[in-house]
Amino acid sequence: MSEKRIKIIENILNANDQIALKNRQRINKAGAYSINLMASPGAGKTSFILATINSLLNENIQIGVIEGDTAPVTIDSDKISAAGMPAVQVNTGGQCHLDSVMIENALDQLPLEDLDLLVVENVGNLICPAAFKLGTHSNILIASVPEGDDKPYKYPNIYRGLDVLIINKIDLLPYLDFDMDYFRKGVEMLNPGLQTFAVSCKTNQGIEDWLSWLRLRISKK
Amino acid sequence: MHELSVTESVLEIACKHAQNSKAKKVTDIHLVIGRLSSIIDDSVQFYWDTISKDTICEQAKLHFRREPAVLVCLECQTEYNLEDELMPCPNCGSAKIRVLSGEEFFLESIEIER
Repeated sequence: MSEKRIKIIENILNANDQIALKNRQRINKAGAYSINLMASPGAGKTSFILATINSLLNENIQIGVIEGDTAPVTIDSDKISAAGMPAVQVNTGGQCHLDSVMIENALDQLPLEDLDLLVVENVGNLICPAAFKLGTHSNILIASVPEGDDKPYKYPNIYRGLDVLIINKIDLLPYLDFDMDYFRKGVEMLNPGLQTFAVSCKTNQGIEDWLSWLRLRISKK
Repeated sequence: MHELSVTESVLEIACKHAQNSKAKKVTDIHLVIGRLSSIIDDSVQFYWDTISKDTICEQAKLHFRREPAVLVCLECQTEYNLEDELMPCPNCGSAKIRVLSGEEFFLESIEIER
């Protein structure tokens, strides 16, 4: 019997990352732009997607949505379908995040070639989704003001990997003790210069600025 | 909860390399985890004991090495280790900082018996 130490150095999430890369290539080939939308439960992910769909209704932009949920429900995908866009519901079976294999399977069920924009609504969670690449072009977090101004300090990892931050429900600011300067200071320390849009899906305030950002990226694909 | 899928990946990688090396048994597995990687050692160990049963890796001991997180200040270029969750530059106090390392999570080596 001989004992031996074997050097490996292999990234644990390598398999996930490789499939994420394949997803990205597939989405690129179809000519679509894609976003991974993350947030805590109730931050307004689905409302934000609906606000985006409704605002772009007359611009001939096809939007497909992958809805991730831990329970076998179709509440979110039904809302997207009702708004006239194709949606796939992915049930993670209790798992706390979407991974690249789930996206790979969901892509088979969407008319990818017809899409201009693919939106992935991740499972409501501020921890696990940050660790798993999906293959989308940008990572976006929705932070809603009722959650409190301390979230960047308490969930720093998710803020570090972001391309865009959406601050939602700003119509509620007059009723809450939300210190915007404190919140933004925390964000700035984790992700200097992060592109941020303050919006309300209820009043549509700020949505137009977000759409300008999005239109530019869709047009480049 | 995502430690389960992560532990499954560890098992898959370890088994693959053990088979390639014609091992009879894997005795030790060395993992490196950056401070900013949200992985809990105990949780990985818990799942490991269950899922490694009846595999070539059964009863292999998991070793975790924690790597510090290193930040760089974008104003004065000072590099420093992260000690609290959020920490401005200790040299100039700037909050314009970027993560250099600390997000690692990889399998470094395995020890086998042939």
